[in-house]
Amino acid sequence: MEHVRDLGQIRALIASHKRRDAVFACVGVVALMIGVLTFAALFADMALKGVPRLDWDFFTSYPSRRAGQAGILTAWVGSCLVMLTTAAVAVPLGVAAGLYLEEYAPRNWVTDIIEINITNLAGVPSIIYGLLALGLFVYQFGFGQSILSAGLTLALLILPVVIVATRESIRAIPQGIREGAYALGGTQWQVCRDHILPYSSAGILTGVIIGMARAIGETAPVITIGALTFIAFLPPAPVKAEPPFVSFEWLMSPFTVMPIQMFNWTSRPEAAFLVNAAAAGFILVLMTLAMNGLAIWLRYRLRKKIKW
Amino acid sequence: MSAVVPGEISAAPHSGAMTARLAYRRSRIWRERTIEGVLFLAAMVSVFTTVGIVYVLVKESVVFFQTVPLRDFLTDTQWTPLFDDAHFGVMVLLSGTLTSSVVALAIAIPLGTIIAIYLSEFAPFAVREVAKPFLELLGGVPTIVYGYFALLFVTPILQWFYPELPGFNLLSAGIVMGIMIIPYVSSISEDAMRAVPMSLREGSYAMGATRFQTATRVVVPAAFSGIASAYILGISRAVGETMILAVAAGQQPNLTLNPLEPAATITAYIVQVALGDLPHGSIGYQTIFAAGLTLMLFTLACNIGGHMLRKTFREAY
Amino acid sequence: MPAVSVAAVAEPRPEAGTQPVPKAEARNLSFYYGAFRALKSLNLVVHERQVTALIGPSGCGKSTFLRCFNRMHDLYPGNRYEGEIRIYPDDMNLLEASVDPIEVRMRLSMVFQKPNPFPKSIFENVAYGLRVRGERSKRALADKVEAALRGAALWDEVKDRLQDLAFNLSGGQQQRLCIARALATDPEILLFDEPTSALDPIATASIEELIHDLKTRVTILIVTHNMQQAARVSDFTAYMYLGDLIEFGRTDELFIKPKNKQTEDYITGRFG
Repeated sequence: MEHVRDLGQIRALIASHKRRDAVFACVGVVALMIGVLTFAALFADMALKGVPRLDWDFFTSYPSRRAGQAGILTAWVGSCLVMLTTAAVAVPLGVAAGLYLEEYAPRNWVTDIIEINITNLAGVPSIIYGLLALGLFVYQFGFGQSILSAGLTLALLILPVVIVATRESIRAIPQGIREGAYALGGTQWQVCRDHILPYSSAGILTGVIIGMARAIGETAPVITIGALTFIAFLPPAPVKAEPPFVSFEWLMSPFTVMPIQMFNWTSRPEAAFLVNAAAAGFILVLMTLAMNGLAIWLRYRLRKKIKW
Repeated sequence: MSAVVPGEISAAPHSGAMTARLAYRRSRIWRERTIEGVLFLAAMVSVFTTVGIVYVLVKESVVFFQTVPLRDFLTDTQWTPLFDDAHFGVMVLLSGTLTSSVVALAIAIPLGTIIAIYLSEFAPFAVREVAKPFLELLGGVPTIVYGYFALLFVTPILQWFYPELPGFNLLSAGIVMGIMIIPYVSSISEDAMRAVPMSLREGSYAMGATRFQTATRVVVPAAFSGIASAYILGISRAVGETMILAVAAGQQPNLTLNPLEPAATITAYIVQVALGDLPHGSIGYQTIFAAGLTLMLFTLACNIGGHMLRKTFREAY
Repeated sequence: MPAVSVAAVAEPRPEAGTQPVPKAEARNLSFYYGAFRALKSLNLVVHERQVTALIGPSGCGKSTFLRCFNRMHDLYPGNRYEGEIRIYPDDMNLLEASVDPIEVRMRLSMVFQKPNPFPKSIFENVAYGLRVRGERSKRALADKVEAALRGAALWDEVKDRLQDLAFNLSGGQQQRLCIARALATDPEILLFDEPTSALDPIATASIEELIHDLKTRVTILIVTHNMQQAARVSDFTAYMYLGDLIEFGRTDELFIKPKNKQTEDYITGRFG
């Protein structure tokens, strides 16, 4: 076969293909920029309008009908308490479930059903969790429209996140380590308690942080179970002066959370309330940034540190 | 892992120390079994949750459908459940959900795919390392903040182009929702593309193809099932989104496919009702469960569709 | 004594009086992965329409050397070429920075160690290279695909199912598909990177037979870890060790009477 190569023709063809390459690279950067600009605009908008409103009074005042006096005290206290409950429920349940699925579960139809459920629940809209909580926790179980109900709801919401993070961290542990531990005579629980959980804890922590970051910003399920949007008193304190020194009354108390307070203010037509909303929004975005940033940094450190 | 508890060995009989050891082993085995049981129950919580969701939704909906015939629910063109002359046409809410989702997906799917291809095949390492966490952040912003942004930043901008645009409209909410969904679509698509083995790319480059040709003719088709499931997740997310629409699209039920109008979605309606005071057991209370059941069925269909797609097109490398 | 039986050596080349014509030549070729020097100043001639084999123990750099020819190393950062690979008749240096690697890959084709068919139909796999080169005419595509599949001895097995997915073929068929894909674009040199190491003995034998047939039409450069394969299939053999070219010569000479002791040690199985 004679190779009659018209190099000129080949080069022209390649040039036109490379032009298409360059055009697409531009389009890709533009697409990324749309995301960047949106985030920048959002952050700047919140900051410019909201930061001037941020002062000590804002954090320590109750909501009020007068915009200038309204504060987010009940909202951030409520958020903290709800997050406490959520973490207390989601972390043990999620880690236990993840541990079971990775170390104990046999390959049978029961395990398949559990795994299908977890995947499915990860895609269920958050408001459905709210409906579940309304029907089940608030009324059927009688927990009422309380912090306990909210905490349980959000815990169920972020459970798939924690479970998946746990499973992936456990899976990253090489089989050699397990075999070494068993060979020394450890029982299954001993190996899990002394080796599997400690070595996967950083990865699990990352997943928990991401889950909590999500839970803090969730509005719809908490509204659905009946968190109030205007509440001028704090839940009872968890610590008391007299024995037994710890009280759980706050669990059953009415409450509100930060995103709901922001929603409430955004729904008011007065411009001054919108400023409050921007301030609350700024705090929320800052918190989300901080938590996600922390999780990303943890993941980065983890990747560098542990070389199996 | 096997169900046999390591540490069980066959027992040799009869001596004092042996009996003590047997008793210890038995208690250890009992302890291990208990622990396994507790862990199993934790894993079963997910199943209980699904059962709980189904139970709650169906229980209230059944009562609801005793009052409101299914045909009316599906075909009535008005949704006014709290009026004296109550109408329960869920189509009205569905139209809001549909319109806003279409707008959102028209943004999220193209941009998400382009970003995924760019990050996976074109971007230098440094760009990818910064872009990926950034996109995670974009998807992690609380939706109420996005709702505020849509109402008070995007809508005024749109009104600058089109002054007749009402303050509450589906377009602004849809656009912001679309940008929020981009990270979901792009990160799953990109994972799918990066799972395509390098040998396929090398085969294409060795034939004189450019990056764009390799990306579109070899990598994307190879990652098709993953990309499709990313799209389905995006659809699921768009349909289930609540706060952006509750804040920026208004809460007036409106049977329309025009994004320039305000409308209520299924999700926004549920929020609106929950904000009010609804006595437990009233018809109004039950409507949110009927609406929720509709939403749940659709999301379930999406999930199953995605699962089937993945199974059919799973490439074994 | 060489471990290879004389009968297994490729027959001496015919046409007494026809000198092999150089198709490509490596001149003082060095290659660096970062700071590590993987190839040390190699000099080798690839002759037109002959099979040149590269043999040597693991890690000697033969695949690295092969991948220099079609600039595959350009796909990964941190690599550096030194020296030249000249291609004839235009006497161009393929490794020049100003030479577009895509242009180089349009002239040379490669078959990889593990068959890597695209997730497309059999027809589309073979047609891929042609489409990249701008071929759109359905007639032309169909003709060239058929010619390529015949050249790869695969046509009879797949002619009734050209629209089937390539993944459904067996390992040996997939590799022959990859060969057809490489042939379809009429390459000046066909590069084989251990093409049979992932295949069973029967598929291996059919590929070796194919290479034997192809040689009359295409210049072939093949890397193989299997000495006997080199002895069966090639006209010229190069023995490499730790980045150096120890010996290069006609296959029958190299295997029967190697000039270098190291070569002899490798061939007789004393190490490697």
